Amino acid sequence: MSNASSAGVHRRSLDDAPVRVVSARANLRTRLRNLWSRRELLTSLIFSDIRIKYKNSALGIFWSMLSPALTLGIYDLVFSVITKNGYPDFALYLFSGLVVWNMFQNAVNMATGVIVDRAGLVKKVSFPREILALANVGAAVVYFVIQLGVLVLFMLALGRSPAWGFIWILPISFITLYLLTASVAIVMSAVTVYLRDMKHLMEVLLQLWFWLSPVVYSYQHTIAQRLHAHGLTWMYFLNPITPIIITFQRIFYVKTNVVSTNVGHPMLNILPQWTMSTFFYMNISLLAIMVVIFLLALTLFGRLEGNFESEL
Amino acid sequence: MTTVIEVQNISKNFKIHHERNQSLKERLLHPRSGSTEIFPALSDISFKVSSNETVGILGHNGSGKSTLLKCICGVLQPTSGQIRLRGNLAALLELGAGFQTELSGRDNVFLYGAMLGLSKKNVEAIFDDIVAFSEIEQFIDTQVKFYSSGMYVRLAFAVAVNVDPDILVVDEVLAVGDERFQAKCIDRIRTFQEEGRSILLVTHQADQVRALCDRAIVLDGGLMVANGPVQESLRIFREHLLEDAAELDRTGARAEISIDSVTTPSGSFDVKSGSGIHFDVNLTSHGAYSGNFMMELFTRSGLLVSRSDAQGSPVNLKPGPNSVGVDLAQIPLLDGVYDVNVGIVDHHGTVMAWREQAASIQVSYNGREGGIVELGASITQQ
Repeated sequence: MSNASSAGVHRRSLDDAPVRVVSARANLRTRLRNLWSRRELLTSLIFSDIRIKYKNSALGIFWSMLSPALTLGIYDLVFSVITKNGYPDFALYLFSGLVVWNMFQNAVNMATGVIVDRAGLVKKVSFPREILALANVGAAVVYFVIQLGVLVLFMLALGRSPAWGFIWILPISFITLYLLTASVAIVMSAVTVYLRDMKHLMEVLLQLWFWLSPVVYSYQHTIAQRLHAHGLTWMYFLNPITPIIITFQRIFYVKTNVVSTNVGHPMLNILPQWTMSTFFYMNISLLAIMVVIFLLALTLFGRLEGNFESEL
Repeated sequence: MTTVIEVQNISKNFKIHHERNQSLKERLLHPRSGSTEIFPALSDISFKVSSNETVGILGHNGSGKSTLLKCICGVLQPTSGQIRLRGNLAALLELGAGFQTELSGRDNVFLYGAMLGLSKKNVEAIFDDIVAFSEIEQFIDTQVKFYSSGMYVRLAFAVAVNVDPDILVVDEVLAVGDERFQAKCIDRIRTFQEEGRSILLVTHQADQVRALCDRAIVLDGGLMVANGPVQESLRIFREHLLEDAAELDRTGARAEISIDSVTTPSGSFDVKSGSGIHFDVNLTSHGAYSGNFMMELFTRSGLLVSRSDAQGSPVNLKPGPNSVGVDLAQIPLLDGVYDVNVGIVDHHGTVMAWREQAASIQVSYNGREGGIVELGASITQQ
């Protein structure tokens, strides 16, 4: 790099260089533009986070599979073998819901403390702070993709195929899941700066949230009628992750009515018998809501970020 | 000349919690306990920096200079006002703050580059320069946690100065590293100056400002008290230091001594090189004090030529007007104007009275030597 030539280029380019403004509050459009312009930082952070996590371990990223595999095994043992819920291929049913839940839980768990943990960075280097939370979500997406791959292998081993007719809804559902996860992660990362207890509270809340979502049990089979009788179905569906989980189960578990493996072999209505258009409209309207929530989350983050320096 | 930094009416207030209630339980049980106080760290600061300019920001600890710098770098949001920046900015704040100790030096260069806003391709292009500058080729694939602190700082500095910034912000980092590396850093800053980049140098070392800056801004208690030529700003900086010292002073001596003027018997400060000069420093004291008299001599480009004192024998000031005589028997200096600073320092070394640029001596020289001092060299062949 010759100094003389770089200096020449340097002087010429400065007059029409873009002007950056640092002010008390950036509007939403500026925030989104800043985020977009730093997308390379986001990818670097995602992969450096993953690399750091498994840096000195021999099995590396396979550890990210161990915990979900164990969860899957335990739930399968408890609900299918011990308490005999009678769902055929229960492991597949569990797996289709767990990929969704794991991504959400992973991202939120990691992101909740991320700004507090990286205080040194936040106080010294300038970049859009929400990128730290988004990098955690990105890492969770990577694990999600790996688990999805394992899910596909699992289906091949069982000789099952997905609901091909529904599979085009999967991207919509995934983007919805991403926006939901990112919104919660962004808000929690900022709130934890002010209320350090959030990290512990969130662990408890996530457990509760898990059991409010139809991952290990079937919404349709176990509680749909009871909720309907009390007119509380809408309340159950306030949980935005539920429609996403049901969509994934519909796509990967496929069957809505199955023959129970228990004595007498009664028919089980395991998944809602909604039509394709019902699934489409449910997912697309949820996506619209999540876009709004994501923008609200960014706005809230912007409000909270102003005082990070004095709180960290 | 393009304006690259435009600071418009920046204010920054900090909330000071007198009792920190950061747990949810505390907040729920005692929502009103603990008071918060608003502390204005910066009040209504405005200035501009053009391309091709090196500006020093001076201020003692707590004057708000770091806060101002963090606002300019975008680490902190100002409470009101805005800063407009043109071109990309590299900050040498806390070096290596962006490093992940678990990753190798190589990975960290890429990560830090991304944090400073560079694409992967850009970092690849300058990667070799960075490694060469940092002088740690051997260890570039070692995890950063095994680096010595010197290697750590060198690598961080190398990344920051090689990212081709339009604006370089330097915050007292020149105090790190060994002397050779410091010289290398200063050298790099001078190259930047020649290339017409803007540099913002934050320090409380007046010497560095004299040596590097075209202009200086002085902050005191969050207010901008000077923005102008280096000499003038340094004078104001010293005066504010004195005022602050006076507030802490129990004996009240500092407020009571003032240096009124410096005079010569002939009234002229012109002197021939090699001859001497005598001048009188006229002071007014409001009490009887004893302290050490000090004198500094600077070139116009800010180089300290000499600092001397009364060699252990204190001057005893009586109430009323006093006069201290300074006799420079022989001035071996070459052509030029030299500024004289005079002051009185107590036995702890704290300044009781100070006057920056109290006089200027004009030295004329008609010999053959160049530089600032005549050594009287004679060259013979043997």
